[in-house]
Parts: sequence; structure tokens; C-alpha cells
Amino acid sequence: MGLMEMIKEYQTVTDVAGPLLFVDGVGNVGYDEMVDITLPSGERKRGKVLETSKGVAVIQIFGTTAGLDAKKTRVRFLGETMRLAVSDEMLGRVFDGLGEPRDNGPKIISKEKVDIMGSSINPYSRDGPQDFIQTGISTIDGLNTLVRGQKLPIFSGSGLPHNDIAVQIARQSKVVKKEESFAVVFAAVGITNEEALFFMRDFERTGALERAVLFLNLADDPSVERLITPRLALTTAEYLAYEKNMHILVIITDMTNYCEALREISSAREEVPGRRGYPGYMYTDLASIYERAGRIKGRTGTITQLSILTMPGDDLTHPIPDLTGYITEGQIVLSRDIHRKGIYPPIDPLPCLSRLMNLGIGKGRTREDHRGLADQLYAAYAGGRDLRALSAVVGEEALSDSDKRYLKFADEFEDRYIAQRMDEDRSIEQTFDLGWELLSSIPEAELKRVKQEYIDKYGRKFRKN
Amino acid sequence: MGSLIKISGPVVVADDMRGAKMYDVVKVGEEKLIGEIIRLSRDTATIQVYEDTAGIKPGEPVENTGEPLSVELAPGLLQSIYDGIQRPLEILAEKSGSFIKRGIIASPLDKKKKWDFVPKVKKGEKVKRGDVIGTVQETSVIEHKIMAQADGKIEQIKKGKFTIVDPIVKINGKKYPMLQRWDVRRPRDYAQKFDPNIPLLTGQRIVDMFFPIAKGGSACIPGPFGSGKTVMQHQLAKWSDTQLVVYIGCGERGNEMTDVLTEFPKLEDPKTKKPLMERTVLIANTSNMPVAAREASIYTGITIAEYYRDMGYDVSLMADSTSRWAEAMREIGGRLEEMPGEEGYPAYLARRLAEFYERAGRVQCIGSEKKNGSITIIGAVSPPGGDISEPVSQNTLRVTKVFLALDASLAHRRHFPSIHWLTSYSLYTANLKNWYINNISAEWIDLRTKAMALLQKEAELQEVVQLVGPDALPEKEQLVLNAARMIREDFLQQSAFHDVDTYTSMQKQYLMLKIILRFDERSHDALELGVQLKKILELKVKDKIARMKEIKEEELSKMKALLKEVDSEFDALKSSAR
Repeated sequence: MGLMEMIKEYQTVTDVAGPLLFVDGVGNVGYDEMVDITLPSGERKRGKVLETSKGVAVIQIFGTTAGLDAKKTRVRFLGETMRLAVSDEMLGRVFDGLGEPRDNGPKIISKEKVDIMGSSINPYSRDGPQDFIQTGISTIDGLNTLVRGQKLPIFSGSGLPHNDIAVQIARQSKVVKKEESFAVVFAAVGITNEEALFFMRDFERTGALERAVLFLNLADDPSVERLITPRLALTTAEYLAYEKNMHILVIITDMTNYCEALREISSAREEVPGRRGYPGYMYTDLASIYERAGRIKGRTGTITQLSILTMPGDDLTHPIPDLTGYITEGQIVLSRDIHRKGIYPPIDPLPCLSRLMNLGIGKGRTREDHRGLADQLYAAYAGGRDLRALSAVVGEEALSDSDKRYLKFADEFEDRYIAQRMDEDRSIEQTFDLGWELLSSIPEAELKRVKQEYIDKYGRKFRKN
Repeated sequence: MGSLIKISGPVVVADDMRGAKMYDVVKVGEEKLIGEIIRLSRDTATIQVYEDTAGIKPGEPVENTGEPLSVELAPGLLQSIYDGIQRPLEILAEKSGSFIKRGIIASPLDKKKKWDFVPKVKKGEKVKRGDVIGTVQETSVIEHKIMAQADGKIEQIKKGKFTIVDPIVKINGKKYPMLQRWDVRRPRDYAQKFDPNIPLLTGQRIVDMFFPIAKGGSACIPGPFGSGKTVMQHQLAKWSDTQLVVYIGCGERGNEMTDVLTEFPKLEDPKTKKPLMERTVLIANTSNMPVAAREASIYTGITIAEYYRDMGYDVSLMADSTSRWAEAMREIGGRLEEMPGEEGYPAYLARRLAEFYERAGRVQCIGSEKKNGSITIIGAVSPPGGDISEPVSQNTLRVTKVFLALDASLAHRRHFPSIHWLTSYSLYTANLKNWYINNISAEWIDLRTKAMALLQKEAELQEVVQLVGPDALPEKEQLVLNAARMIREDFLQQSAFHDVDTYTSMQKQYLMLKIILRFDERSHDALELGVQLKKILELKVKDKIARMKEIKEEELSKMKALLKEVDSEFDALKSSAR
């Protein structure tokens, strides 16, 4: 079949509903196929086939449907699913939410055109993440260690400094004692122009832009495009990681906007809604994004994913953070209470988790006492937090000396361990020392989570007796 | 040959499907993607496709195989890793690289490999279906029993090296190879089911001591994300005293399966000293793999488990997570535009869950030999927001007998396993009572009841403490708080990552609890004799109790010494008080 026969053009639009277009009398249209739409004004838009049956195709349009009509609008089926031309020349470039240049630079020309939906990694071919990434932030390195190939989201709320934390991580992240090529792929999904500028300025200021690829779908861009933007970013990341042997950090912000777009399409299709109107397949759909991270046997490059989402109403059980938490390997949770105390980064360690932490820490990776020390800090801080609630009721005087120690520990832990400057890049050793120093206020017998030999070896020098 | 008329995600519709039956396997499109018929209306069939359908067009052919979705059963299953429809992932990786491409077919079992078949019956003997006619050493720890596929007289039986498709036996004029196929949606039959009265020993203290699971029973582990479901599933898979493990990663994380894949081969089985992988079958259908295959993965896993049960083995089956399975049903139900039940789940959710858990059990296998085998199902549930009032948790609780409730607040303070001792339950305790009394100690029930009472009392006292502070409590009650704390921290908390603590034998569990309760008992006595509370709480032996988890299984004499030390320290206190 020649190229001309492949391309089919129709002028038979019957219905337009929300972002959906119904075309009649079509034949031989593939599911998920890309579509070119020409409006009566000559303006062109792109779309994708959501459903195809003999005669009728349902198309989802990227962009507004303003100006569309049923008579003159022409629809052309391109005979292939959405693809992205990838090359290493993408580094240092800025694209829009559909992968078109946004920085006045040339289009990316490449023989390699990749299906943006990706294929699932064979679980057998995955390699276990193991390289510890030092972010320079104590609450992450010490308590919820990030490893290469992990997907770790930041659960935030509106008005919390998640963007600052994201750029700090992007700037400071390194694998200690290794020199390797590293790049950031950044996907802005429905964030404001101002936020996008913040990221770009920071990348420019620190020289990170040269080693970054940016895809920007801003708040006023068509919401349907948001379903595409993260996939473009991940397709680029996969190319750079698995073909070009680079270590990629993918930052996607804000996944909440992505889920809103998903819900919008679903309701336009009149699908049976799941929880809070989000479609029943949202888990599978989110997994097709988050699971595109990891290491593959026999390939050098890796993809580490850091996605940011704002929890509607700071509610951790809202479907978006909830489903995300079930897919990702842990989560970093920001707390409004800690933020109100003026602590940066306002990371609340208690609900945080890094599931892959154990793979990246311990002897030969970070230090042998890492696990025990982290558990001990957790237990002591959790104990102190409980006592805070108690002392609010009975007064601090009514507490025992031991309880007062924990109360004081919790305060110091927040002021010294959690809090750090935006440009403070703590080495893992500094983080460990700080942990042991804080624990020195607690009697040795109560340090049940750490092996005695580690207390002797690492904690002794900070203890007064 | 039918043809496609509509495609929408994983559900497609085909016309001209005359003669098709429900649940027949079909090959969809030019690329021959595997699918299964899930609805019929005259000649029109609705098909769920086990692979991605992007680019498939109306008009493409659909071929009916006429067979239901089946698994292949024969030597070679162990140490394999399959996707939801029993495609071997290792072979797929060889064929199509690191990413799973569409339309690749691979035989679940190696049909060229020769196995050493040792016959166990002689020519002329009469056998019944299910009887062992011969054995194959499948791995160094598991002897695979080849079972007769029909009743009748053995007319011929071979000995030596054969592939699984070579005929090895002739029964009543028909030749059979080692390989058999079984429809996954149909439970394999058994002679009769027994009462579950033998515990599944897991080495996990909170389970074995407080919420025991019976061999052939079922348990569910619901919990919000991050509460340690997967770690608990891994622990139960690693340490349970069954001969075989079937682990189903259903819609879960890819990296977690990698963890299983890298860890299980390295992990030494405590009894056989061989890698755990030698007695494990893995099913991995991660969250980003096709949703219809996720729906099938549970059936594929349980059918394989039943096959080994029929040989007379005890099998434990871990399903992580059944919520993802239910969601797959919901997703497909939604595409079929079925009228939804609660929270969008299909109305048949409860039935499907019940059918699945009912495939557990300790049974007398079919055949004349009266072999006993069992399947214990441990299903993880991932309730949205950790709220178990949702349909999957509720329907699961109705059919499972052990409920291990994972609690986010425990996990947040790093109390692991974060199973809540007050909300969890086991309905097997009464059934298992005799076993514990006969095999561990007559004191068992007593210790357990006392410990639970202390924890319950603590919860009540905590409410008071929240109002007035702990020091305002009478000293006697402060001792209760102390004992409960010791139970929680020194007994219930168990680290999966500590080389010794990860597994505790029944004997050691018994001694641990006994020591703590002895401490409690003696501290009350001492208080009555007028010993200061502070002195009791500062006893040196308390620190030793806190570290008794680290005592190795080989050194249980140290535990007994510790018990004596509790007594001697209290005796010393007593004499100084006088």
C-alpha cells in the first residue's frame, strides 16, 4: 500500500461534544491512530482515535473545539499512532505540550520516531535499583533514600514550596563518587506561566538547561494535551537513558492536572465514573506513566521519576494521591503544619516512605548504621510528636523527665534535621552525624532500633557520658 | 473466521463468530493478539484482549481457537516467571528484548527439555485419575509427581528421559504424555475437603502467636499504601512451612517483582538449605501490563497451585493485590457498559472473590491413594485511602477467616509489621488449639489470652493517659502500660530486614512471650511487696529482653537463661525491699 492510500480524509463530522468529535462513514481506521483536523478557517488541530467501529470513529481533539463545524471540517487519519522524533539534540531545548518547539529553534529531525505510549518493560528484564542518589536534603537522604530507577512523588498542597524542593533536588542530585552523564527531562503539566518561568530561570541560572529537555503545557494550553505531555517526556527519557546511556531524572509537575484532564475526557465519553468522578481505569492509566522508570539489564542508563502532585484539600486519601501512592515506590509528603512553623523544606517524615531505600543503603553503599539510625530517629520523633499532643492537654510539667526529653528531641529534630537552607547541600555523612548528635539526648538503653555496635562505633563521640 | 467491528481499548467486538463459546480463546487481528470471549450475542462476540490494541482496525480477522483459556501443567513450572496468561517472561525477553512487544507467542514450558521419568506403577496395574504413575525430579527439592489423566489399566509405561510431550503411558488404549492442560476458570477437582486444624507456621510472631492461619485456610491483608503489605507477603512467602509457593504479582510495581526475582533465588530455604526459587512459581503481571491479562493472572496462579496440591503438597499462594484484580474487572465491566454495582465495581465482584478464596483448602486429592494436599491463600487488599468499608475489602472479609489489619499510623512510627493487634482477628484459633497444645505447650492458650488482655487494657488506659498523663495513673496500671509496651516493642515488632529477627521459630516465640509475661507477673508481686515502681522499671534485665529478638535460633538456651535472670533479678529486688 502506498502512502497516499494510507491517508484517508473525511468531511463527515456528525457530532462535537466537549473535546470529542464523532466522524461518520469512515473505514479502516485504527484504534489510537493520530488525526489531523482542518477547521473551516484553515486552522489545523491534532487528535487521536478513542474508539473505532465500522462507520464511526470517536476522536479526542488536542485543543479547543471552538470554530469546529459539522459541514466543512476536514478530518484526516494518519494511519499511525502518535510518535515523537527523538535525538540527543533535544537537550537544551524547550517544547510545547505536543512536542513542537517553543523556543524558536528548529524542529527535531530524526530517523528515530518512537511510539509515545511506550511498551511495558518485561519484569524479567528489569534490574534492581541500587545506586544511592544524594539529594543533599537530610529528610530524604537520611530517612527516605532515593535510588536510581525509583519513582518517588512529592505529595504537596497548594501554596507549599514543592517547586523549590524540586529544583533543589534537580540541582543537587548526584551519585557519590561517580562521574556519569546526567540529564533532566522536565514536563510541565498545566502549571502556570509563572511557575514554568521559575523552573526555566533556575535551570538557566545553574547551567542545568543545557542538560535538560523541557516540555511545557501551561495552564492556558488545551487540557487534553496534558494527557500527552508526560508521555512525550518519558519517551524522550527512555531514548536518552536506554539508547544514549544517560542517567535521567524526570520531573513531572503537576500530576493533579493530568488526572483532571483524564476525568474531563472520561465524562465527555459518558463513561461509568469511579471514585469522585475519576474514571475506573485511572490506576492503569497512571501506571502506564509511573512504571516508565527503572533500570534495565544490560543497559547503562536509568530513569528516575520525581512527580509532583498537589493533594486537593491536603487530603492524602483523595483518589489522585491514593492511586499514585499505590503505584510509586514511596512518597515524600509536605506538611502545612511544618510549613507554618517556617521550616523549609516542610517535609513531614512520618507519612513519607521510600520503598527502595534498603536497596541503596547499608554497608558499601551509604553506611552500615543507616537503617537502624533512620528507624531510631523515626521512632523518637514519632514519640515526641505524640507527647506534643499530650502536653497540650496536661501541660508540660505533668510529663516525666523521659517524656520531656522526647518532646525536646522532636523540636530539635524539626529545627535542625528537617530544616535546611534552599542552597544547603548536606553530604550523607553530615546527615548521619546530625542524626547521631540529636540522638545523644536520649538514654542509650532506649535506642532499641540500632545495633549496640553501631552506637559504639558512630554514636559514641556525640554522647556526653 | 470472524471480523472486527469495533475497538475501544482492551475490549473489542467481532462479527461472524458463529459457533463461538463463552471464554473461548481467540486470536485478534493481523498480529494475532490473544483474547478471550466474554460476551456473546447471536454471532457477535465481545472479546477482552490480553495485549495492547493500538492501531488495530475494524475489518481485521478474528480466529477462534475453540478452546478455553488454559494453562500447561508439567515439569518445568517451578522457577519460572510468567505473565498473566502463562507466557514465560524469560523467553519473551529473549525473543523481543527488554520491552514486551505485541503478538509474541511462547510456549509456557520447554517442550524440548528431557526429564528423567521414573515410573511408579507397573504394566497391568489399575489406576484412577489422579494416581501417581511416576515421578520426575523437577528441582533439587521438589519431586514432581506425574498423575494419571484417566481411570483404567496401564497397558504400557516407559522409563527414562522424555520431553513433556512424549507419550510415556498408555491407559485403556490411549497414550498420554506428562503434559496436561487445564481450563483456568474451572477449579481442579478433589475428593473431599477437611477442617483446617494444622497451622501454617510463618515465623512471623504476630501471625503465629495471635492471628494464626491454618493450612488450607485463607487470609487477607488489607492496608493503605506504605503500610507494609508487600513486605508482609514476601515474608509469608519466604518463611511459611509449605513445600511450594505460588506468588502472583497482580497489577503491582515492576521494581517489586524485580526484587522478588533477585531475592528469591538468593534466599536460602531454612529447611532444605536450597534457594527458595526452587520451589516457587512466579506470576508477574505488573500494573502497566495489559489489564485483561491481569484479570486472568489470579486464575492462572491458582490453577498451577491446585496442580501441585493434587500431588499431595502444601502450597501457599500469595496474591498481591486482589484490589488490582477487582479493578481490572471494573475496567473491563466499564468498557462493556455493564450496569455497575457499588463504587463502579461489577455486580459479580462478590461472587468472583468468593469463588477464588474457595479454591483454598486442605483436601484429600482425587485418586485411589488418598493423598492430602492444601492451598493456603493469602490475599493483599489495597483499599483506597486505607478505608476498608469499600467493596473489595468488605467482600473479601466475608469469605476469609484471618484478617490482618495493617495500620498506617503504626507504619508511620515504623512499627513493623504494622498489623494492628486490636482490629485483626483469626477465626482459626479454636480449630488450631489442640495442635498448639500438643506441639508447643499447654500454656499456649493462657499466654496468648493474657497478652491480648494486657494490650486491650493498655488501649483503655491510653484514653485516660491522653487526659491526665501517665504519671497520674496508679502504679499498678503503670505496670500494665509497661508490660503492654514490652509486648508491642519486644515481641510484636519484628524486622523483616534483620538477619535473625526475620524468622522466629515457635519454640522461641513461646519463650519470648513467656519471658515478658513472667516479668509482668513478677513486677506486680514486687510492687505489692513495696518495691518502688522506678526500681522495677530500671531493672537491667529489661534491656536484655528488648534485645532477645537478636538471639539466634541455635542458642535458645540463652532464652532459658534469660527467663532465670528475670527471676533472679526480681528475687534480689525482693530481698532488698525487705
